[in-house]
Amino acid sequence: MAGSTHALPTASVKAGTIGRTKHVSAGLEAWRRFRRHRLAVVSAVILTLMVLAVALGPLLWQVPINDIDFTARLKGPSWSHPFGTDDLGQDLLARMLYGGRISLAVGLAAMSVAIVVGTVVGAVAGISRGSVDAGLMWVTDLFLALPQLPLLLLIIYLFRDSLKVLVGPEFGVFILIVAVIGAFRWMPVARLVRAQFFSLREKEFVEAARALGATTPRLVVRHILPNSLGPVIVAGTIDVANAIIAESTLSFLGLGFPPDIPTWGRILFDAKDYLDFAPHWALFPGAAIFLTVLTINFIGDGLRDTLDPRKVM
Amino acid sequence: MSEPLLRVNNLVKNFSIRGGWFSRMHESVHAVNQVSFEIDKGETLGLVGESGCGKSTTGRCILRLIEPTSGEVWFEGKNVTALDRASLRALCRDMQIIFQDPYASLNPRMTVGAIIGEALVIHHLAKTREEFEDRVVQLLETVGLHADHMRRYPHEFSGGQRQRIGIARALAVSPKLIVCDEPVSALDVSIQAQVINLLEDLQQQFGLTYIFIAHDLAVVAHISTRVAVMYLGKIVELATARDLYTTPLHPYTEALLSAVPIPEPKAKRKRIVLQGDVPSPIRPPSGCQFHTRCPIRKLPLCATEAPLLRESSKGHWVACHLRG
Repeated sequence: MAGSTHALPTASVKAGTIGRTKHVSAGLEAWRRFRRHRLAVVSAVILTLMVLAVALGPLLWQVPINDIDFTARLKGPSWSHPFGTDDLGQDLLARMLYGGRISLAVGLAAMSVAIVVGTVVGAVAGISRGSVDAGLMWVTDLFLALPQLPLLLLIIYLFRDSLKVLVGPEFGVFILIVAVIGAFRWMPVARLVRAQFFSLREKEFVEAARALGATTPRLVVRHILPNSLGPVIVAGTIDVANAIIAESTLSFLGLGFPPDIPTWGRILFDAKDYLDFAPHWALFPGAAIFLTVLTINFIGDGLRDTLDPRKVM
Repeated sequence: MSEPLLRVNNLVKNFSIRGGWFSRMHESVHAVNQVSFEIDKGETLGLVGESGCGKSTTGRCILRLIEPTSGEVWFEGKNVTALDRASLRALCRDMQIIFQDPYASLNPRMTVGAIIGEALVIHHLAKTREEFEDRVVQLLETVGLHADHMRRYPHEFSGGQRQRIGIARALAVSPKLIVCDEPVSALDVSIQAQVINLLEDLQQQFGLTYIFIAHDLAVVAHISTRVAVMYLGKIVELATARDLYTTPLHPYTEALLSAVPIPEPKAKRKRIVLQGDVPSPIRPPSGCQFHTRCPIRKLPLCATEAPLLRESSKGHWVACHLRG
């Protein structure tokens, strides 16, 4: 029964000032933990290289993307055309470097939109019981049930021209596509977040914070949301892949970027009829999409583990 | 006698259960049913009873973590049940709670320092970073932990240490009343003793008042000044710890006490085994709620008329037609 409190109040004050460990900033600690996740680090390096390549590549590889050369149709990789050429003899490396900017930007931006919208809707629904929750879930179900393609057609038809006038043709289409893809991808995230909120909200540590007088926003931001983000990060990384593919679907239907802008999805679609004689045409953009998705997935895994202090790393 | 620190008047909590889509039934679980008691400053009131008898709900209703259906809670002359949000938040500085499960009650993503110091942030009790850290270190050492524990995360601690962190968190606002919701039932026996001693030391040091909820009668006997026994949402007996353990009046209390293990293998004693299960709190029995299992019941009186909690001798309250 002895030794319940082993420090006398007087002795404790001294021990307190000496025994304090050096403060390690949260960012540094997170970086240290992330570095331990080898796959995530490798993925981060590869993704960074890809981003650098599409950002700076066109400056180094100065072959025009629309330089038609019928003497070099459907050629495989060679020194003059490292990724080969398409059916018009256009250089695929140049086209991919140029189109990759748009594919990556669309993928990441659409994912951000989907996650932010989904998290906000899910969090609001999850924390407020009753009619607000029911209403928001009704809207979520509505979006899930909507026939997406006809609606996409309508939205793009209605808004493309006015946006073009406002912010210019390419950026206008970019905003529209990101918004449209994001608007149709947030529902699973919202459901996920809401379910997490439902289980976390009853946890004793949340009750303890309420007993301390924490306001509802504080409960959400400090206690519930950080504990519900693990699955959201994973879902988000999968969304990047979906967004890149969705963009190419839109382009294919003539609703996305104009056909002369060679996004990865666009190249892939153009290549599909020539798979037999020119597999390289599809392989390179396919591999690029694959690598992007894979690396983002691993980075997501790494982030999730980094942000979870329970994982020993 | 002066005004008690806490007075609970006819506290009732019903949880409504929704039926299926098409059913029009509106049933409810009568978790706490007309509970009244008072606690003086510096006292420890033990609240015992088996699982599901409304002990924890009573504790949470007092803090308004659960909104009571009806009844009043008075704390230092203030009607807690009538307070608006802002005053309720201010009241958090006077009343705190310690939870049962030390694994579920600490946020796994916050450092121990952030957990303990959260109340200081919420109530603006520390003006500078220095002041904040000094207070957290002081709290850690009050509960027998070390200053350098504040940068660690809860999963790095054992159950007993985590419970100490939970206690430090409750102490951060310098409360007057702490509801201890089965604070030791999730711990090993040896750790239980340490935590209970810590709670007693803190009571002496800071003049705390406890409501100690537990189902371990030996623990409650050790720490409590008075003990209330609950059965199906009602208090059936309320007496000083010594009175209750030496001369229990209610047959349910007798049965409970006879089930406490005696750490002496050769000791012989009479064991009262109750028949049947606890009735459903959705439809509690008529009359005396205990009459379905009572060994000394007298029908039809016990089945028709609910006994009131009355004082049989000084400070010894019992709700039974036949005893007291």
